[in-house]
Amino acid sequence: MSQQETDLEQLNVFDLSGFAKLITLLQEKGYTTVGPTVEEGAIVYDEIDSIEDLPIGLTDEQAGGKYELRKRNDHALFGYVVGPHSWKKFLNPAGLRLWQARRNGRSFEVLEQEAPAPSYAFIGARACELNAIAIQDRVFLKGSFVDSDYAGRRQNIFVVAVNCGQAGGTCFCDSMNAGPKAKSGYDLVLTEIKAQKRNLFVVEAGSEAGANLLHEVPHEPATEKQMARVSEVVSDAVAQMGRQLDTRDLQSLLYRNSGNGRWNEVAERCLACANCTMVCPTCFCSTVEDTTDLTGEHAERWRLWDSCFTQEFSYVHGGSVRSSISARYRQWITHKLASWVDQFGSSGCVGCGRCITWCPVGIDITEEIAALREADSGLSSILRTEEKE
Amino acid sequence: MAGKVEKPVPAQTSRRAAKPKLAVWKFASCDGCQLSLLDCEDELLSVAAGVEIANFPEASRAVIKGPYDLSLVEGSITTPHDAERIHQVRRASRFLVTIGACATSGGVQALRNFQDVNEFISIVYASPHHISTLKKSTPIDEHVTVDFELRGCPINKMQLVEVLSAYLNGRKPNIARHSMCIDCKRAGVSCVMVSQGTPCLGPITHSGCGALCPRYNRGCYGCFGPMENPNVPSLCERWAAMGHADVEIYRALSTFNVNAEAFRKESSLYEKAGDSE
Ligand code: SF4
Ligand code: SF4
Repeated sequence: MSQQETDLEQLNVFDLSGFAKLITLLQEKGYTTVGPTVEEGAIVYDEIDSIEDLPIGLTDEQAGGKYELRKRNDHALFGYVVGPHSWKKFLNPAGLRLWQARRNGRSFEVLEQEAPAPSYAFIGARACELNAIAIQDRVFLKGSFVDSDYAGRRQNIFVVAVNCGQAGGTCFCDSMNAGPKAKSGYDLVLTEIKAQKRNLFVVEAGSEAGANLLHEVPHEPATEKQMARVSEVVSDAVAQMGRQLDTRDLQSLLYRNSGNGRWNEVAERCLACANCTMVCPTCFCSTVEDTTDLTGEHAERWRLWDSCFTQEFSYVHGGSVRSSISARYRQWITHKLASWVDQFGSSGCVGCGRCITWCPVGIDITEEIAALREADSGLSSILRTEEKE
Repeated sequence: MAGKVEKPVPAQTSRRAAKPKLAVWKFASCDGCQLSLLDCEDELLSVAAGVEIANFPEASRAVIKGPYDLSLVEGSITTPHDAERIHQVRRASRFLVTIGACATSGGVQALRNFQDVNEFISIVYASPHHISTLKKSTPIDEHVTVDFELRGCPINKMQLVEVLSAYLNGRKPNIARHSMCIDCKRAGVSCVMVSQGTPCLGPITHSGCGALCPRYNRGCYGCFGPMENPNVPSLCERWAAMGHADVEIYRALSTFNVNAEAFRKESSLYEKAGDSE
């Protein structure tokens, strides 16, 4: 392969060895490379040393409350969708020590924080996930207060995105306008195509850093046929969306149905276990814990992932504001799909389907909205006929 | 709940003057929970530096007279004598913390609550007339006011250290009452129920162990008892839909926390259904 001038607009192609080289280069530049890898029956995000660590030739079957790994009949590197982890675990860790202090007579002294987080290279981030990162950016960086820890981690990442070649059983990014093609938020984006049993990757740079790195990877310009494959691959994924969510008029649908009986129905099934919020790539709520050691000489403040499904979450003096599970489920979905828009200017859902798959009882956000819509139209038609009479 | 208690005073104020006196009491139990205190190897010296161990037969034969600032109570009430003794403990304790499933829900020995105890006695003991026992094994808070309950079978020793250091520093202990699932997800453990079809009590179980079983690829056994508002019926329905027989569901709910109301209410339904099969 010849080294070419890489243009931001131009599509290029490399093979497995090019991809391997890309990962080595990132590591040489000091990035900790993290990406999909198999652990105890699921594809999670963890450190990967080489492409060997990727779930080669595997796929995932997903449904409400069900996830299963299966063998594919090829050796695709990215032939699956998203698993229980999301990139938020690197940008907004589940447990973070905010500061620590030592007693100093009647006062205290704040101790220096340990070394900053490593620079991560995300290998294989999907379109919905890039949108989820953009959503968390708005939460942590764009408001009146900037979260300095998030900002520090965020500015150091390098993103190698992948366009989805297939959609999962609980995916609906298409409905949320968040995939399956990556549109922004990456340094490089790959589309995995097969040619004569070879894994090929059509690659496009999305940033200068991406373009510069690509210079160092052996590649060649994509042929017209290969370029056409990119759109085919993506439209295949669109055609496979396992779920759909009708977003028309969604905000007012939710606001005018706060008293709908559907909330009690879903609450009969909902365990308030909080799995949905933990796996959601956009859910960002946390709690803060202050702790001391036995001697009282050392104190620490920790931030931990929290959830609107716990009782403590809405605890104010005298009790929990949302004591019933129905109030908590309603709060979660209404925030996610409606008040999030008022608060941050976009929906809080990217249609990744994690909350559906990882809900132990298979509660489905798309099904709940559909049911609410039906109950709502039933209600409004009753109201209309009553008005006529 | 019985017994009048004065408002617990944080230990910190009087700390320099005299170390708070700690007592450990045992009722019907296996000793596992109080032994977790001795298990705190790294922290044991700090514990000993922070409190005066005044009564802890597992650790030392020396007994210092009460009253005690902090009492850790292990075990359930199963005999008329213990039902008396717990009131003495309460009277002698400024702050009373129950530790473990026996003390907080009645323990595995509460299985007898739903059977005929006299029948057991007649079968097991050669001279049944020597046995003086209550029909039920009950948690401490059914007898006296409890200031704090630490769950688990056994308790998590790090949680015990947290309760002690919170007490010594006059702060609220960081002991969450939410589901075990939150701990699993924070630790990055994939759900064994969703990805492997393993029955797991995690979604209705009180946090505390740090997701020990799922980390080792097993379902949660519910050692920490019911979480805050647990939806037991829904989880059981799911287990049934996954193909688990009524008797399995009944048994899963009938272990260390069999007497916890939320577990018992549901297990009794599956027990009956199992009987009629
Ligand atoms: S709400 Fe559900 S589908 Fe939407 S982004 Fe969160 S986990 Fe994904
Ligand atoms: S919707 Fe599902 S995952 Fe979320 S809290 Fe309820 S039962 Fe748990």
